[in-house]
Amino acid sequence: MKRKQKKLLYRIIVAGILFAILMICEHGSESISGWTENTWLFAAFCLVPYLIIGYDVLRKAVLGILHGQVLDENFLMTVATIGAFALGDFVEAVAVLLFYQIGELFQQLATAKSRKSIADLMDIRPDIANLESEDGTVSEVDPSEVPVGSIVVVRPGEKVPIDGVIESGTSSLNTAALTGESMPRDVQGGDEIFSGCVNLTGTLRIRTTKDFGASTVSKILELVEHSGTKKSKSERFITRFAQVYTPAVCLAALVLAFLPPVISLLMGHEALWGQWISRGLTFLVISCPCALVISIPLGFFGGIGCASRCGILVKGSDYLERLAALTTLVMDKTGTLTRGQFAVREVRAVSGDKKQVLYYAACAEKDSNHPIAICIKNACETDVSAVEANITERGGFGLHGTLADGTKVAVGNARLMQEQGITGFTEMPADEVGAQTVVYVAKDGAYLGAICIEDPLKETTPAALQTLREAGISRMIMLTGDGQKAAQAVSERLGGLEYYAELLPEDKVHRVEELIGDNDAPVGFVGDGINDAPVLALSYVGIAMGAMGSDAAIEAADVVLMDDDPMKIALARKISLKTLRIVRENVIFALGVKGLCLLLGALGLAGMWLAVFADVGVMVLAVLNSMRALKKPKETGE
Amino acid sequence: MKKIYKIEVDCAACALKMEQAAKKVEGILDATVSFVTQKMHVEFDENAEPEKIMPKVLKACRKVEPDCEIEF
Repeated sequence: MKRKQKKLLYRIIVAGILFAILMICEHGSESISGWTENTWLFAAFCLVPYLIIGYDVLRKAVLGILHGQVLDENFLMTVATIGAFALGDFVEAVAVLLFYQIGELFQQLATAKSRKSIADLMDIRPDIANLESEDGTVSEVDPSEVPVGSIVVVRPGEKVPIDGVIESGTSSLNTAALTGESMPRDVQGGDEIFSGCVNLTGTLRIRTTKDFGASTVSKILELVEHSGTKKSKSERFITRFAQVYTPAVCLAALVLAFLPPVISLLMGHEALWGQWISRGLTFLVISCPCALVISIPLGFFGGIGCASRCGILVKGSDYLERLAALTTLVMDKTGTLTRGQFAVREVRAVSGDKKQVLYYAACAEKDSNHPIAICIKNACETDVSAVEANITERGGFGLHGTLADGTKVAVGNARLMQEQGITGFTEMPADEVGAQTVVYVAKDGAYLGAICIEDPLKETTPAALQTLREAGISRMIMLTGDGQKAAQAVSERLGGLEYYAELLPEDKVHRVEELIGDNDAPVGFVGDGINDAPVLALSYVGIAMGAMGSDAAIEAADVVLMDDDPMKIALARKISLKTLRIVRENVIFALGVKGLCLLLGALGLAGMWLAVFADVGVMVLAVLNSMRALKKPKETGE
Repeated sequence: MKKIYKIEVDCAACALKMEQAAKKVEGILDATVSFVTQKMHVEFDENAEPEKIMPKVLKACRKVEPDCEIEF
């Protein structure tokens, strides 16, 4: 609790005790009729807690009037309580201010708490960097002073201050603050690591590849700081609503206070001024728009905070609202649904010796950096880097040549095998090939076998799509630059997912434009941020995944998933739905209770007490309800 | 030119009033006040000098919300 809030708390306690005494006194005395000397005394006693609890409200009300700011909540409270005093309802006047201030305190504490949970995320900001100079001495400097290409030492327990590549050392990193993933990640020399991770076990020496401002941690902090600027439709609506609502209720209060007595007088009846003015004042107390104005941004903020903790960065409450409105989700295949990395899925050998097939393929590919070559070399158990070979590359066919021991090898597609006149070669049937890429291997002119390579689905992809479907995304579409066959095979494995294949980057833009159509359908797009920035920007909500270290993705997308787990897409959707539901509950609840109390107040069925509940109680409940948005939704189901 | 300032404001309705007051200050294209993050995002005119404008913003905000603070 800050000093300001502690002071308010003490004032509430003191005023509360005095208020309780007054209640007992009032109860004990005869009901007050007419202004006797005793009444004046009692009023003076009531003035003490009234001023203790409300002096700042009165001050702000006076300042507000001086600055032409009538009709704010301070003014409403002041008029209502002074009115209550004038009517002889001294205790009620104190009660109104007392409860108003309790509500204020509560609201301040609640917002401070949700701010803190965001601040915990902000905790990723590194305070120092241990810069190693050329002579080997290490000095502590501010991370922003570290030049690109210098060596930084990160000891166990410290945060990685700047993005870089490990020069020496092995350790495991806690990336939870960035990705929400609790499993530590093992790293060793040569690995690229990102700022904001916490080094757990060993000391690392890192050569920085960026300056602090361009590092992941700075990007994320910038993003979180800016998340407040994109206000959601509901927030904008309630702002406009509050601007109309308060004057309207004040006018209604005025009418309620004076019109019925005047009419009554004209009709020749008693005016009952006191009763109607009291009802008008009740109206004023109810009219405060605070519960609405606070609970909506607080709900959204909770949702954004919850998402951040799960490694999902939402750039503003606007996008959380849009995420909840999605019915169609377009997904890129490579890197989003699939891993984006080739892996050997199957090796077929004529002779039965699969290791031999892999070995000769690896030898032929030894100097190639093609993704397929790398994955074959990774799959081969023998290290082939020392093998000497004379290899010719034939673009569109494959590779062939002679190894140092005189063995002739040929590795490539069916056309290469036919061209080289390989004996015993048979092409794999199309239905067995499916989504895979097949590399044929031959040794000394004889067919040896085939290696099937594919870009495998991520483990969680099927479950993620299922959860998204359950969370109300009725149409999901996969876009890919791959061939029809490959796309179809992936689609079949994902339960017949709708797809468009053989798309160039600009075709993806056209596809999404078509889906959006003339009536601006809410179409979301998920991509890995590589080559799809235009689509991310074009769609209703652009979601970039695996964004650790990718500036382009962070800039183009509205929602950024820090790691590349497709389950996070589903989680983001769920958080958005939950947040929107909470916000809607708050609006309906606040408006409903206020409306009801206004009605009861006008009919004279509700007094100042109920009015205070309508104002403070609703606000407190709405704030409490908003806090629920901070909690992570369950993994499965709604 | 965009800048972010730390602010202190006690209620959401007051934050809205600050936002509207700040927007009207000369040299400011747009201003957003986030009550929850206690930040004010200000977009200045291209030739504007924030050091000269921010005192005016604070003055305008104090008029609508006497207790508010802006750190600049």
